[in-house]
Amino acid sequence: MKGLVKKHPLAIRWFHWINFPLLALMIWSGLMIYWASSDERVSGGVYRIGWGATTLFHFFPKPFWQRLGLEHQLAKGMAWHFFFMWFFAINGVLYVLYTLFSGEWRFLVPGRGDLRGALQVVLHDLHLSETMPAFVRYNPAQRIAYSLVILMGGASLLTGLAIYRPVQFGSLTHLLGGYQWARWEHFWLTMGYVAFFFIHILQVARAGWGNFRSMVTGYDIDQVKEEPAHAKT
Amino acid sequence: MPRPDSESAPDRTLPQSPGSSDSQDSRVEAEMRKRSRRGFLVALLAAGGAYGGWRWLIARPRVDGLAWPFRRSLSLNEALSGKLFDPNRRVAEVRRDAIPPAGPRVNGDIGLEDPPNLTDWRLRIVGTELRLQLDDLRTLPQTSQATPLNCIEGWTTAARWTGVRFADFVDRFYPSGRSAPYVGLATPDGSYYVGLDAASAFHSQTLLCHAINDEPLSPAHGAPLRLLVPTKYGIKNLKRVGFIEFAQNRPPDYWAERGYDWFAGL
Repeated sequence: MKGLVKKHPLAIRWFHWINFPLLALMIWSGLMIYWASSDERVSGGVYRIGWGATTLFHFFPKPFWQRLGLEHQLAKGMAWHFFFMWFFAINGVLYVLYTLFSGEWRFLVPGRGDLRGALQVVLHDLHLSETMPAFVRYNPAQRIAYSLVILMGGASLLTGLAIYRPVQFGSLTHLLGGYQWARWEHFWLTMGYVAFFFIHILQVARAGWGNFRSMVTGYDIDQVKEEPAHAKT
Repeated sequence: MPRPDSESAPDRTLPQSPGSSDSQDSRVEAEMRKRSRRGFLVALLAAGGAYGGWRWLIARPRVDGLAWPFRRSLSLNEALSGKLFDPNRRVAEVRRDAIPPAGPRVNGDIGLEDPPNLTDWRLRIVGTELRLQLDDLRTLPQTSQATPLNCIEGWTTAARWTGVRFADFVDRFYPSGRSAPYVGLATPDGSYYVGLDAASAFHSQTLLCHAINDEPLSPAHGAPLRLLVPTKYGIKNLKRVGFIEFAQNRPPDYWAERGYDWFAGL
């Protein structure tokens, strides 16, 4: 028998969908800022994938900047970044407060055994294993990924603050390894969001329409156990 | 803490009538369709609103190169940064090995296009008859500091900078300048100019600098005298100082007129 099941509270759906364009704008404007010192000779060659003298990939090749039209827009990038940072931060803080006070955090925060569970999920999703661990609302891999991305959001705010006012927040900047390291950390957190985004989209596509719809409407149709009184004859 | 909705329980708002499970299924699907229509309609309106808001935002009249809401938010950030600014917080000096031996990186030559006229150069304070030479500045206590210079583009360079504290300079030559809320500086030809808030101008590490790594300034570094404000981005560290003005209102600033933040503090 089918039943309508409440999946996501209204507040969490709003936080999620508001965050999506805000984070996109933060990344977009952040790229405009990073462009201004992305030259390897200037950035000290740390914005890359490689080791020693070997560089597999430098962030970013010239065609990337050209095609996306991100060159020569430092002033605009900074203005957008320092405008939308407030909305991004406020939305994120309200989300965390909501999950704390509503008790929703119980579904999200990973518990003991979730690392093993997450591994099972990954093996299952890669069709390397048949077993999928039992879970409520979010599977162990989701719990770890979603909690991690929230922590990353906090880390982005902190590293951002350390870059924004490295003298006034000198102790924070120092703690993060100094101004240039804080920039590097801020950059890699962003790359983390981009990786998260692609995996997230892939998993949402795999999970199907009902799952996506539940993030908009809050509800999904699930099979529920029939009550004995209405059992089929 | 309240318990969140349980996953396993079906929604209690649905009527639990004793029909067949097929009719129950179709009721559930009808209810889901209703909720979907409502949900996606709200989503569509929200997306449309966000898009409209964005179009409105970027089409606002520009103030100094930025749509006014962005300029306004930079001003709010600036007010907050001004409050946050602690005049006793010093920029950490760098280790000797962090100082490029060939000198700090050169970037920007606005106002330096012509070679400096070192014999006729005078430092002028706007509104006075003062015409100062480098020797006048040498009568003041000399300070050296190994501070980083952060470019607004994102990179950092460093040097051992020598000169006189801007605050000492003002105390000696124009004491009434200490009460001005703003300071403006410009190159002799007036083509590059910066504005500073008093707190940053009179910070103990703000120098009128005449030597880098114990050598007199080269023309590219602003010979004979440059401003060094390590609490600000490089764009505020004006080279070849020609004029100093003490102002009641925010002095014009070359890069702030071109879309950048007027405060540009660190």
